[in-house]
Amino acid sequence: MDEDEALTPLHPNYVKVVRLTSLLFAAPLVIAALILEATGVLPRGAFLVPVLLLAMWLVIRAPLRRYQARGYQLGDDRLRVVRGLVFNADTVVPFGRVQHIDVHQGPLERAYGLGTLVLHTAGNHNASVALPGVAHDDALAMREAIRAHVKRETM
Amino acid sequence: MSEAPAAAPDEWRRTSPLSFVVGAVMSLRNAVFPALAALVGTGAWRQGWVVIVPTLAAIGAFTALFSYLAWRKFRYRLGDTDIRVERGLLNRTARSVPYERIQDVSLEQSLVPRLFGMVDVKFETGAGGKDEVRIRYVTAAEAEGLREAVRAHQGAEAGATRASAPVEEPCRLLFAMDFRRLATFGVFEFSLVVFAVLAGAAQQFEFLLPFDIWNYRKWIELLAGPGHWLEEAGVAAQAIGAVLAVAVLALVGLATGIARTVQRDYGFRLEESSKGLRRRRGLFTRSDVIMPVHRVQALKLSTGIVRRRFGWHGLSVVSLAQDAKAGHHVVVPFGTLDEIAPVIAATGFALPAADIAWRLPSRSFRLNRALFSAVPLVLGAVAAGVLAPRLGAPSQAALPATVGLLALAGVLALRQLFLSRYDRHALDDKRVFARRGWLAPRLDIASRLKLQSVEIVQGPLARRRGYAALVFGVAGGSLEIGGIPLDDARAIRGAVLGSIAAVDFSRLPG
Repeated sequence: MDEDEALTPLHPNYVKVVRLTSLLFAAPLVIAALILEATGVLPRGAFLVPVLLLAMWLVIRAPLRRYQARGYQLGDDRLRVVRGLVFNADTVVPFGRVQHIDVHQGPLERAYGLGTLVLHTAGNHNASVALPGVAHDDALAMREAIRAHVKRETM
Repeated sequence: MSEAPAAAPDEWRRTSPLSFVVGAVMSLRNAVFPALAALVGTGAWRQGWVVIVPTLAAIGAFTALFSYLAWRKFRYRLGDTDIRVERGLLNRTARSVPYERIQDVSLEQSLVPRLFGMVDVKFETGAGGKDEVRIRYVTAAEAEGLREAVRAHQGAEAGATRASAPVEEPCRLLFAMDFRRLATFGVFEFSLVVFAVLAGAAQQFEFLLPFDIWNYRKWIELLAGPGHWLEEAGVAAQAIGAVLAVAVLALVGLATGIARTVQRDYGFRLEESSKGLRRRRGLFTRSDVIMPVHRVQALKLSTGIVRRRFGWHGLSVVSLAQDAKAGHHVVVPFGTLDEIAPVIAATGFALPAADIAWRLPSRSFRLNRALFSAVPLVLGAVAAGVLAPRLGAPSQAALPATVGLLALAGVLALRQLFLSRYDRHALDDKRVFARRGWLAPRLDIASRLKLQSVEIVQGPLARRRGYAALVFGVAGGSLEIGGIPLDDARAIRGAVLGSIAAVDFSRLPG
C-alpha cells in the first residue's frame, strides 16, 4: 500500500451527519447566548455575535474540513484509515490481525444510509479502529471481504 | 494430595477441606475491624465482656458457616475440552473455560493460605482481570497438577505428541536473586513514600493531634517556645540537628526501599521450562507464574539514573496475560546486562546487533521540543527581571528568580541536545528497537510479526515541520517512536506491514 495512492473519500452524506451532530451541540450554546442577550446584562451583541460566529463555523465549515481530512484505502490485505484535521492520524490495520469486526449504525447515520466499520485488534493501542461515514452497504461489503480474508488465512 | 489429576478427568472435585478454614480466617480478618467499629460506635463496648464476647463469637460462627457453605457449593471439573467451575449458594454460577482460551495458569499464596499450605489457582483468559476463573485454595500438589493438566490439554490441542507431562520437570535456572542482591536492589529502590503516607494519615486524623500541624506559628512557638531552647542552642547545635534530620530521612528511605523490595522479590527465581518462563517470587505473598514464550510480544529493558552508573538493569516482558495491574511481567528486576542477555535469548528475542543501523529523530523535532521547554521559562525570567520590580516586588528577589529561570531554561534546552544523541530507533529483519531517554535510557524491543497495527500521528506543528510519531499496537502494550522524519516513518511502516501481513494472527510462530 503506498501513501501516494489516492485515498477513497467518505460518503458525501457524512458531512450532513457531522453538521447535524454539531448543530445539536451548538444549539444549546446559541439558546443560552440569546437568553443572556435578552437579559441585557452585557452590551448588545457582545456575547451573542461571537457565539453565533463560532456556531456557524462549527456547523458549516468544520464538518466540511473534517470530511476532507478523512479517508480510507482498502487494500488486498490491509485497511488504511486517515483522520484528523489538527491532529492527523494515519492508521493501517492488516487483516491478519483483526480479531472481530463491527458494523455500527446510529440513528442519524441510519437516516442517511451510513454506517461505521470498526476493526478490533489485540493491541492495547488502537484496540479498535473505527471508520465512520461509509455507506452502510459498503461497510457490510467491507466486513464480508475482511472476514473472508481472515477465514481464508486461518484455514 | 496424592491424587493425580490427569488420571481421573471428567469428575467433579472439591477444593481442599482446609480451604474453608482458610476462607473463614480470611473473611474473619475482614470482619474484625467493622465489628470493632460497630461495638465502639454504638457504645456497646461499655457493657463489658458480656456484650463483646457473644458478638465476636456470633461473627465467628457466621463466617465459619458461610465459608463452609461456600466450600460445599464450590466444585470444579477438568473436562476433555474445558474446565468447568460451579459455585454459589443461592445464585448458582456455572462457568466453562475452553483450554485453548487459557493464556496462563498462575499460582498465588498470600500469607494466611500459605500458613496452611494452600494455593490460589488463577486461570488467566485475557478476558479482563475481574472475570478470571479462580479455584481458591487447593493444596500445592493439586495446584501443580491442575497447571500440568491444562498444559497437557493445550499440548494435545496443538497436536503435540506429549501424552502426559510429568509433574515436576527439569528446569534451567535463568536468573535468581540472593539476599545480597536483594539488599543492593533495595538500596536503589530508596523511597520516601512513607512520608507521603504519614502526611496523608496526619491529614486524615488531624482531629486526634494536639494542635494544627499545618500551623506554622504553632511550630515556631513549639520549637522556639518556652525558654527558646532551640534558638539559644547556638549555630553548631542547629547544624547538628539539621544533619540528624537528613540522616533520619535517609535511613527511613533506605529501610522503606529494602523492606518493599524484600517483600516483593524475596526468593526471586526465573526458570526456563518446556512450557515457558517460570517466575517465582514474594515473601508474604508467594506467586508462581508461567509465561509461555510464544506469547511474549515485546521486551522492555530499563534502568535508573543512579543504578545505571553501577551497571544494573531490569527486564520486563509484555505478553497477553496481565500481571496484577501492569501489562507486563518483570522477569529480571535487577541484574547486569550479562545476566539479562541469556534471558533475552530464552524469549527468542535479541539485543540489537553492534552494527545495526540506528536512525535518529528529526532535527526540527528536537528544535521544537527545546523551544517548547525553554521559551516559557525565558518569558518568565523576563517577567521576573523587568516587570516585577516595576510592580513593587523587592528587587533583591527579582535577580535570583531571573537567573534561576534562565538556568532552568538552559538545562532543559541542553537536555534536548543530549536526547538527540540518545534517542534512536532501528529495524532488523525480525524486530523493532526503540531507545529513549538520556539519564535513564530504556530500550523497547518488539517482534515485527507480533505487531497488531501501525499508526502515523502528526500534530499541527509536526505536519508543518515534516516529522511524525510512529505508534505500534502491541498486544498488552504499545510502542511509540516519536519525532522521526515522515519519510522514515513511512518507510518503517511499509517494511513492518509487509512482514505482518504475510502471517496471520492465529498462525503466529511459537
